[in-house]
Amino acid sequence: MEKQSDLLLDIQHLHTAYRLQGDFYDAADDVSLTLKRDKILAIVGESGSGKSTIASSIIGLYDHKNTKVTGDILYNELNLVGLNEALFNKVRGDKIGMIFQDPLASLNPLMRVGDQVAETLYYHTDMDEKARHARVIELFNQVGMPRPEEMYMNYPHELSGGLRQRVVIAMAIACKPEIIIADEPTTALDVTIQAQILDLLEDIQRQSHSGIILITHDLGVVAETADEVAVMYAGQIVERADVKTIFENPLHPYTRSLLNSMPQNEDEDEDLHVIQGTVPSLKNMPRTGDRFAARIPWIPASAHEENPQIHEVEPGHFVRCTCWKSFRFEDQNAETEA
Amino acid sequence: MGKEIIQIKDLKVYYPIRSGFWNRITDYVRAVDGVNFSINEGETYGLIGESGSGKSTTGKAIVGIEKVTGGQIMYKGVDITKASNRKKLNYNKDVQMIFQDSMSSMNPRKRIEDIIAEPIRNFENLTTDQERDRVQELLDIVGMPSDAIYKYPHEFSGGQRQRIGVARAVATNPKLIIADEPTSALDLSVQAQVLNFMKHIQQQYNIAYLFISHDLGVVKHMSENLAIMHRGRLVELGSRDEIYKHPMHIYTKRLLSAIPQVDVANREAHKAERERVEHEFLENQSKWYDADGRVFPLQEVTPNHLVALPEGGIRAAIQEEQNEKESD
Amino acid sequence: MWKTVLRRLLIMIPQLIILSMLVFLLAKMMPGDPFTGAINPNTDPKQIEALKRAAGLYDPWYIQYGRWVGNLFHGDLGTSYIQHVSVSSLIWDRAVNTFWLSLLTTIITYAIAIPLGITAGRHQDEWQDTAVQVFNYITFAIPGFVFYILGLWLFGFTLGWFPISGSVSASASGFWGVLGSRLYHMILPAILYALITTTGTVQYLRTGIVDNKVEDYVRTARSKGVPENVVFNKHILRNSLLPIAAFLGNTITGLLGGSMIIETVFSYPGMGKLFMDSIGQRDYTTLTALILIFGILTLVGNLLSDIIMSIIDPRIRIQ
Repeated sequence: MEKQSDLLLDIQHLHTAYRLQGDFYDAADDVSLTLKRDKILAIVGESGSGKSTIASSIIGLYDHKNTKVTGDILYNELNLVGLNEALFNKVRGDKIGMIFQDPLASLNPLMRVGDQVAETLYYHTDMDEKARHARVIELFNQVGMPRPEEMYMNYPHELSGGLRQRVVIAMAIACKPEIIIADEPTTALDVTIQAQILDLLEDIQRQSHSGIILITHDLGVVAETADEVAVMYAGQIVERADVKTIFENPLHPYTRSLLNSMPQNEDEDEDLHVIQGTVPSLKNMPRTGDRFAARIPWIPASAHEENPQIHEVEPGHFVRCTCWKSFRFEDQNAETEA
Repeated sequence: MGKEIIQIKDLKVYYPIRSGFWNRITDYVRAVDGVNFSINEGETYGLIGESGSGKSTTGKAIVGIEKVTGGQIMYKGVDITKASNRKKLNYNKDVQMIFQDSMSSMNPRKRIEDIIAEPIRNFENLTTDQERDRVQELLDIVGMPSDAIYKYPHEFSGGQRQRIGVARAVATNPKLIIADEPTSALDLSVQAQVLNFMKHIQQQYNIAYLFISHDLGVVKHMSENLAIMHRGRLVELGSRDEIYKHPMHIYTKRLLSAIPQVDVANREAHKAERERVEHEFLENQSKWYDADGRVFPLQEVTPNHLVALPEGGIRAAIQEEQNEKESD
Repeated sequence: MWKTVLRRLLIMIPQLIILSMLVFLLAKMMPGDPFTGAINPNTDPKQIEALKRAAGLYDPWYIQYGRWVGNLFHGDLGTSYIQHVSVSSLIWDRAVNTFWLSLLTTIITYAIAIPLGITAGRHQDEWQDTAVQVFNYITFAIPGFVFYILGLWLFGFTLGWFPISGSVSASASGFWGVLGSRLYHMILPAILYALITTTGTVQYLRTGIVDNKVEDYVRTARSKGVPENVVFNKHILRNSLLPIAAFLGNTITGLLGGSMIIETVFSYPGMGKLFMDSIGQRDYTTLTALILIFGILTLVGNLLSDIIMSIIDPRIRIQ
């Protein structure tokens, strides 16, 4: 049994709906997840899967006029869903730090990078200006920036992509948050820089005993860094397990297909696996039945649940729908040849 | 070995840096600084590099949309860095390009029919019916429905647009297509589709690709031969097996070790290896780069494997390689 | 940076030479000459010829140009054949008047435009935005001279709140008395002129705010727990004011050039009115001098804009 305090974030039945031409459509549909201390939880999916929606719902950064969030996001005793802005501002940046995809765009072009990090401290600590400056230097050291005193005075455009992302990370961890949300933190970076940034995130997590939600489309990144994985398709979690299980014993057809379409896994001269059809748009997403059914049409309708639920197929391994039991790649090949 | 379709000889693309009171040219940015390689008919040649390595500039120089400072690009035995030669050879018909961002390379106010037909109109005289048949055929090749010709670029998803980009590039029956990060903006499953189509088309029409990418996994899947570019120069060049199985230059090793592996059981080992290589890369700069930080000229290690090494560096490198093997 | 400014100033020299040549040749091509209409038509044509020759009007153009430029360097812009005073003294008084009117107009323009732009941008697509947009369409659509004449008629003639012509009342005395009278004369034209020129600034600012609001760095600021009003003032607004501040140099030049209509309507003795009068009277010595001054101001305005931009935007370092 885990201690109560190990549970950092408890998301229950989260629905986040966006308004499109008057009507609301669920971009995250009944998502339940938990983030534990000392763990990296990866949420993986392709564009339109709703993975970033979860991030913006947790941190409460969405267009309040055109977004409807229901369900519970429990942080300790606090429900972040519907939390008033003044209270939320005490949580954001202090208890939850956020790292975004494009480090250049995430930094204010007109502010010195040091001041941007210090801004977080200004709102969450009672440090004076001198103490804030010292803390920023300390943070810059921690995230591995050379010549931190000099860097403090730089503007974002004067730094390289990797250094910029380090600034963003310094900003996110300035107040030693318990939860760090990293939304595609390395997608805009070169592969060698990506490796460094991921290592840095792991180091930070180990030192601060925080929990990290890593949102990514890159299965390689997941395999290298995550402890737990949730695979999302069309707004729903389709499979959830520890990282080893996800890669060594994937069950849901979507997880398996995705892994199969990775270039580095295949024999070079064979075709890559292609998932038939396309991801439905938010408006055209099927709201009943198995959302992935249309992508694996050779599976008989009877194999799908009428209203697919998440099942715990083995301890800690959750899979949506029962169709995985009848899913075999060979059947598709037979079908296409026929 | 197939016949060489294009040879790049000592290609240089420099951009002037102006400074001082009179704004005179004081130095150059050596975006591409003496690059040599050649592509065989019908093969996929991979060009790998990180941002700023000069890989895209090389691609653009080959298509002729980047001014070449020095060197030659030999096509059918003629140097096509001269515009007059390009015209004579119908080079612009034979060599096409696919871009990363297909949306911005397509006129948003034109229908798909006109977008694909544009290169055909430039080089061939077809009647309206013939042209429509040809466009239909091209769309068919990349697996697009026939009603696509009446639509506009924004009505398609990223993957579909990229396939239209492929169709457009294929329209003139080219011999060589420069594909600059053609799938970098796409989701995994969509990328698979586009890569498959590119392979099928290659087999069908015997097209050669220069596949420019930062993604070593994709390049490995696509190409038979490849070159790795760093700071405007090639650090290593050779067959896929040679490069991926016996990388010799530290930069290549660094790139390869940085690719995230889908191998959860050994991830600590990967990390250790990555850190070891990174350490070596940082410590031994002088061994792999000259005093100005420039990459050394390529030297032949085996007939299908060239590595940028200092004078007399081959023996040392081979020795080290063997030592590593023995210690394994 | 001062090196750059110096270089830019040096580059202005050939620009100015070309400009002055164009201005000079343009003046030469205008129909009529200073004697047209100024001399009794019954004068002997030979005598007129002699006068023209004495004035150097038959010299080759480059000699005339050289003479003109030589005089320029001595601050001599020529003599107005109409007013029979030196053009430099004529322009100097007018320039001072125009300068004060432009300054006041600039202040009022920003005083109106910035709050309006902020309101519209902040409440994008709400009623406040719509109201500002309607205001903007109106000030954009109404031709300046119609608006000025309406204002003059209503507040000047009908209500009698403001003087209808001149720049200072003859009876004003003492420093404060003159200053007060000057302000009193300027205030109505400045407000009317400012209302017409707000359109661009309001639109710039609104668009800037609307664009910046959705930028990633604004989201970053929010994710740090920065309160919304600070996010707006410190991040969104500051970045949106950038293009407006940068445009300041050009705005001032634009106002100087655009002062012709307002000064003419209000019979305000500034450079703009002088320009219009000079056209009417074919006073080409004055006209060429004025065109040259407007040209120089445009070049200086551009330089000023570039300098301001490089000071406030760290991404721009003029090399």
